[in-house]
Amino acid sequence: MEYLLIFISAIFVNNIVLAQFLGICPFLGVSKKIDTSLGMSAAVAFVMVLATLVTWLVQTYVLVPAHLEYLQTIAFILVIASLVQMIEIILKKVSPALYQALGIFLPLITTNCAVLGVAILVIQKEMNLGHSIMYAFSTAIGFGLALTVFAGIREQLALTDIPKGMRGMAIVLVTAGLLSLAFMGFSGVDGGLRILLGLD
Amino acid sequence: MNYLNIIKNGIVKDNPTFVLMLGMCPTLATTTSAGNGLAMGLATMAVLMCTNFVISCMKNLTPDKVRIPVFIVVIATFVTLLQMAIKAYLPQVDKELGLFIPLIVVNCIILGRAEAFAAKNSPVASLIDGVGIGLGFTLALTLLGIVREILGAGAVFGYAFIPEDYNILLFVLAPGAFITLGYLIAIVNKLK
Repeated sequence: MEYLLIFISAIFVNNIVLAQFLGICPFLGVSKKIDTSLGMSAAVAFVMVLATLVTWLVQTYVLVPAHLEYLQTIAFILVIASLVQMIEIILKKVSPALYQALGIFLPLITTNCAVLGVAILVIQKEMNLGHSIMYAFSTAIGFGLALTVFAGIREQLALTDIPKGMRGMAIVLVTAGLLSLAFMGFSGVDGGLRILLGLD
Repeated sequence: MNYLNIIKNGIVKDNPTFVLMLGMCPTLATTTSAGNGLAMGLATMAVLMCTNFVISCMKNLTPDKVRIPVFIVVIATFVTLLQMAIKAYLPQVDKELGLFIPLIVVNCIILGRAEAFAAKNSPVASLIDGVGIGLGFTLALTLLGIVREILGAGAVFGYAFIPEDYNILLFVLAPGAFITLGYLIAIVNKLK
């Protein structure tokens, strides 16, 4: 039941982009078309789950026993960077079709703060491995949802006549604000769900 | 190149927030108040100055192929040092900014300046560029923080001057960040 709660809360209530401000760069950068935003979401989901798994193991079995917790930032960013590099090489060899679809997004993900953010968050929240993986997966779905919905809005926005000063990033940010406002309607859902599922 | 010019470029022509639109995550997340925005700006500036200087010193020693990993390790080292210093001396700031201090590592401004400026210029010029870009970032974050704090909490740097009944809570919450930055960029566009 805890898993369901993590799932709902990470997608709707504490959406990674619209409520926690992680991964804003790809959110604003690759949201012009629905196709590319779907590709980006898939790539992020893939990397985020794998990265969280590996960094959780590194933290629990290497950094903590060796009392090197202060090296967390360096260790995690190196793990994520090499993981992305490795996924790229493996995908190229094993599944050229998937590489074609995700390839161009992969290098961008190293500097996606959502990946490092989730890896650090699950450690801060002291989640166990199962919960961490679920959290990473749900967060990635939440990222994908926000990105795809936003891309749909932007496709429409491209067809409208926008006042000169607001063109470009200004109107995009205001639109993102309204979307974020819409997602605020979900706040409190996690509390209700907690009671409903009898977790309190 | 004239050092004063480099600083002016960093604040006006290459302003990381309003012109280059880099480092959006901390810009939106940490500007709930003017103080928080200022703290985040200064923290980023400190890291940027150190990394720009060190990367520029090492530019002839790093092979071209592995330069990005080298840059990232240098950046992560300084971020870790900063993280420890803030935890030790400014616990309040650590509590307010939280996750966004370690996330300075993935701030695109820092890697961007390493690649675009420090890898091509002398150490002193790179240090000055760090000051300029850092100041531009700090000013933008503080401005955003001031606007959001006035509208949302009726205060500037914690000094309240608007009665609580007239505060618009929205501007301190997540949507307010997007909307305020959107309109600030529109104003900057208009002024250009």
